[in-house]
Amino acid sequence: MADFKLIGKDFSTPDLVAKVTGRAKYAEDFRAEGMLFAKLLSSPMPHARVRSIDTSEALSMPGVEAILTADDMAEVEAPNEAGLTNEPLYEGEPVLAVAAVDEATAAAAIERIRVDFEPLPFCLDPLDSLRPGGPDARLDGNSVVDGEMTTVKWTDADFAAAVDGTLPMGEPTDQWEFGDVEAGLADADLVLDETVFHQSLSHQPLETRTTMAYWQNGKVYVYPSVQSTARAVGPVARWAGVSPDDVVLVNEFTGGGFGSKISGYPQLVFPILLSKKAGKPVMMRVTRREENFFGRARPGAQGRVKLGVRRDGRITALDLFVIQDGGPYGRSGDFLSTGRIASLAYQPLSMRARGVTVFTNTPPRGAQRAPGGVQCITMLSPVIDKAARQLGIDRAEFLRINAPEGQAEYNERDGSRVNVSSAFVKEAIDKGVEIFGWRERQARSGQRRGSKVTGTGIALSTYSGGSSGYDGLAVIKPDGKLYIQSGVGNLGTGSFADTSRAYAEAIDMPWEKVEIAWGDTGKHLPWSASQGGSQTTHAHTRANWAAGQDAKRKLQEIAARDFGGSPDDYELGNERVYRRGNRSQGMTYARAAQRAIALGGRYDGHELPDDINAMTATSARALAGQGLMGVAKDNYGLGGRTMSFVVGLAEVEIDVETGEVQLVDYAATTDCGRVLHPANLGGQILGGSIQGFGIALSQKWVFDRRWGLLVSKRFYSNRPPGITDIPLDRPMKWAAVDEPDPFTPIGSKGIGEPPVGAGAGAVVCAIADAMQAVGDGYFHRSPVSRDMILSEIEKLPAAHGRLTTHV
Amino acid sequence: MAEMEIIETTSSGETSFSRRNFIKGVIATGAAVSSSGYVLRDGAEAIAQSAAGSVDRLITLNVNGQTRRVDVTKQETLVMTLRYKLGLTGTKIGCDRAECGSCTVLLDGVPHYACSVLTHNVRGRLVTTIEGLEQADGTLHPMQQAVVDEQGFQCAFCMPGFIMSTVALLNDNPNPTRQEAAQALSGNLCRCADYEKILTSVMRAAEYTRRS
Repeated sequence: MADFKLIGKDFSTPDLVAKVTGRAKYAEDFRAEGMLFAKLLSSPMPHARVRSIDTSEALSMPGVEAILTADDMAEVEAPNEAGLTNEPLYEGEPVLAVAAVDEATAAAAIERIRVDFEPLPFCLDPLDSLRPGGPDARLDGNSVVDGEMTTVKWTDADFAAAVDGTLPMGEPTDQWEFGDVEAGLADADLVLDETVFHQSLSHQPLETRTTMAYWQNGKVYVYPSVQSTARAVGPVARWAGVSPDDVVLVNEFTGGGFGSKISGYPQLVFPILLSKKAGKPVMMRVTRREENFFGRARPGAQGRVKLGVRRDGRITALDLFVIQDGGPYGRSGDFLSTGRIASLAYQPLSMRARGVTVFTNTPPRGAQRAPGGVQCITMLSPVIDKAARQLGIDRAEFLRINAPEGQAEYNERDGSRVNVSSAFVKEAIDKGVEIFGWRERQARSGQRRGSKVTGTGIALSTYSGGSSGYDGLAVIKPDGKLYIQSGVGNLGTGSFADTSRAYAEAIDMPWEKVEIAWGDTGKHLPWSASQGGSQTTHAHTRANWAAGQDAKRKLQEIAARDFGGSPDDYELGNERVYRRGNRSQGMTYARAAQRAIALGGRYDGHELPDDINAMTATSARALAGQGLMGVAKDNYGLGGRTMSFVVGLAEVEIDVETGEVQLVDYAATTDCGRVLHPANLGGQILGGSIQGFGIALSQKWVFDRRWGLLVSKRFYSNRPPGITDIPLDRPMKWAAVDEPDPFTPIGSKGIGEPPVGAGAGAVVCAIADAMQAVGDGYFHRSPVSRDMILSEIEKLPAAHGRLTTHV
Repeated sequence: MAEMEIIETTSSGETSFSRRNFIKGVIATGAAVSSSGYVLRDGAEAIAQSAAGSVDRLITLNVNGQTRRVDVTKQETLVMTLRYKLGLTGTKIGCDRAECGSCTVLLDGVPHYACSVLTHNVRGRLVTTIEGLEQADGTLHPMQQAVVDEQGFQCAFCMPGFIMSTVALLNDNPNPTRQEAAQALSGNLCRCADYEKILTSVMRAAEYTRRS
């Protein structure tokens, strides 16, 4: 099985030529005859009640065709988001939408609509809301527990107990404990108690969430910017008020999402419902400004970490408290995942995780690449780093001492003790130390060169690496080619193609003979994992391998029917199925496809397995009779939770005169099971790491505290890394342990999530290392801005509190 | 108000483009002349604005070696003309405010943000978009080929802009260092941050350019 022809080899995914020539169509590139354009009227204040709306003047304008208000939205229960609202909970929340013959007219109509907003109290900082008498972001409470709205207020005594800017810790809404944390702290030779802060972060995909939609014969045709294909159908149907069978969704290309567009978002229903009202196609072009408001964001965290460590470096206790900046809607699980990821990455002998999520009148939150995992690694890496330093243990060695191994156990979000399927983390650390030259570089720590001082850092990151139980579907047609159906979606990871390799591998089909259908539910796609949460590599190598095995068996059976003997006597190769030891007894795949059609039944898809999903069955029936169909559900077992790991190693230079941090070098290594497609894997690891650099150094929100308005609405004021922010002296290195997960066919795990925390964690630790020469250097707050560095060097008071949000 | 036709005498443009470029342009853009404005179509508001301005609207552009006659409002940006009047949707709008570079096109060989250039100002200049790079026989530009070979970029929404900036770079400097390449591309943002593979693709493209 290790002797693969396709798995682990580089290739160019079949979407690339369309991309490089500009032929690839993203949502805004579609046109439909008579298409209208939509514009939004959004709240100018962070919390308000709409007292009245007067649309009469707008409706009388020539060219204005439809107006959508909150009354047109499907009802949702608090704290969920409807899309349009009469009680906006953040600046920029859409209140109504207008469709007109062109965008200029729609915009002019918006100007002529009179909305009477009554300002309501607002909250930008969870700690403000937790104070007795503090403001609440919503009229119905400031938190949510078990789906019920609630109001959480801590006591004056809770706040008074937090001295010197440490995190107040009142009653949490969520908590679990593993082992005895108090005993673990008592056993420790070193105990650190740090207050930590992680900013909220907009996703900022380069393609805004634009959608075009029209109705035809009772079906809705929607061209949205969403990550998943199969898994976006259900939400779109629900929001549009139709059956999933009446949704045709096209998203062959999606311009990034990072978790913000996994299966859709309520705003994409606006053009759908406007189109229904107007009886014409509607395009809603979402502007960059709007994207910054409703384009989702990672929840921020205010935390406190108590870490107990023995002299030998083993972590005896970890006590974690997280207050989550939850935005105005829903209940992000990030603050719970923070504990889960710490439990796995550092394997503490005892641990307690406590937390509360608090609503704020800031943009809505959603999953962002390693939700909770990035907050965990960015906040905890410097604490781990400091412990190693104080105990005189090499920081890479310290991570290794505490690293998970084999089927390591950890605590899930609810505290339940589970185990991973596999973990080759020590190997990943060793490889990172080797390719980065970690030990040699330690000599450079703190060295001065002019105004620049050097530092190195290392961080270990982990996150979920796959789901299971989905379907694979493909047909070998009489033209001898293999037609693979993929429903995962294509936001740029390439996994729709990479995972298709498993099917081709299973029947030894040359890649040149493979065609993939993806990104259009009109093309009969199977039930698939969401294109999010690093699920697809694991889920769909499994599903495609299973379906490929089904095809292989059918090829063998057809050959045995025609040439005698048992199916097991036949093997595959050179696009033929032939008798072992007698190659003349056999046939081409093209011929077998013809035979499958003649035989019918299960061979050509007229009979289907009972256990496949209804969506797969519908698609398979549409493809039946075209050739030899391999279709199967992934029923393979699991060895535990599928988790992937990344080690990041960074060298930075800090200019002590300007506070500028420059990445000098960076390397990353991974345990993500068997490597599926090296080029795409490298892109995920280094691209994700660079996103982490932005978290460490530059990206944040700034709010006008008096009015509750977002100041950093654009790329330049909430700046993601640019190409000159990466090391340029030499290419960044990456490497994989490349040990297959033993419990999954092929052995590949997903990798999208963990690199981000590795990049951010390594950089904040490298900054601390450089700062040892001039100060304490552990800021315990991201991003580490230039003013923070300069204030530390000059021993000036910081410009803001350690826990202050959005400054 | 009656529209006055203006036929541009594009001396720099019409006399200088080669037959190959012309054919290339026809292939790239040939099928797309039907879309007649959308976002800035003749709705009440657009008509009112243009009447007040009395700017001549029917102009001639040279796009990808092809002469295109197009009706343009006075406030119209080049990216809107390309995408909504000429059907050239390869040029993307990422921010519409000169921050991200997704809309980068070449004007007389120099990269510009098409979101921040008024269409009226490019009369007489050679406009090159991502659709104008592939040759008639399907041969890709060295940078396009390099991206395919290196599996460069991820979501690729930024890719047309990056490729156009690279084309300009390689015309000026076929042998750039990583630093020089990064400087030349620093006006383009890749949110997937696939910068390492982008730089590898540029270096590969430079190699292809030198070889050819």
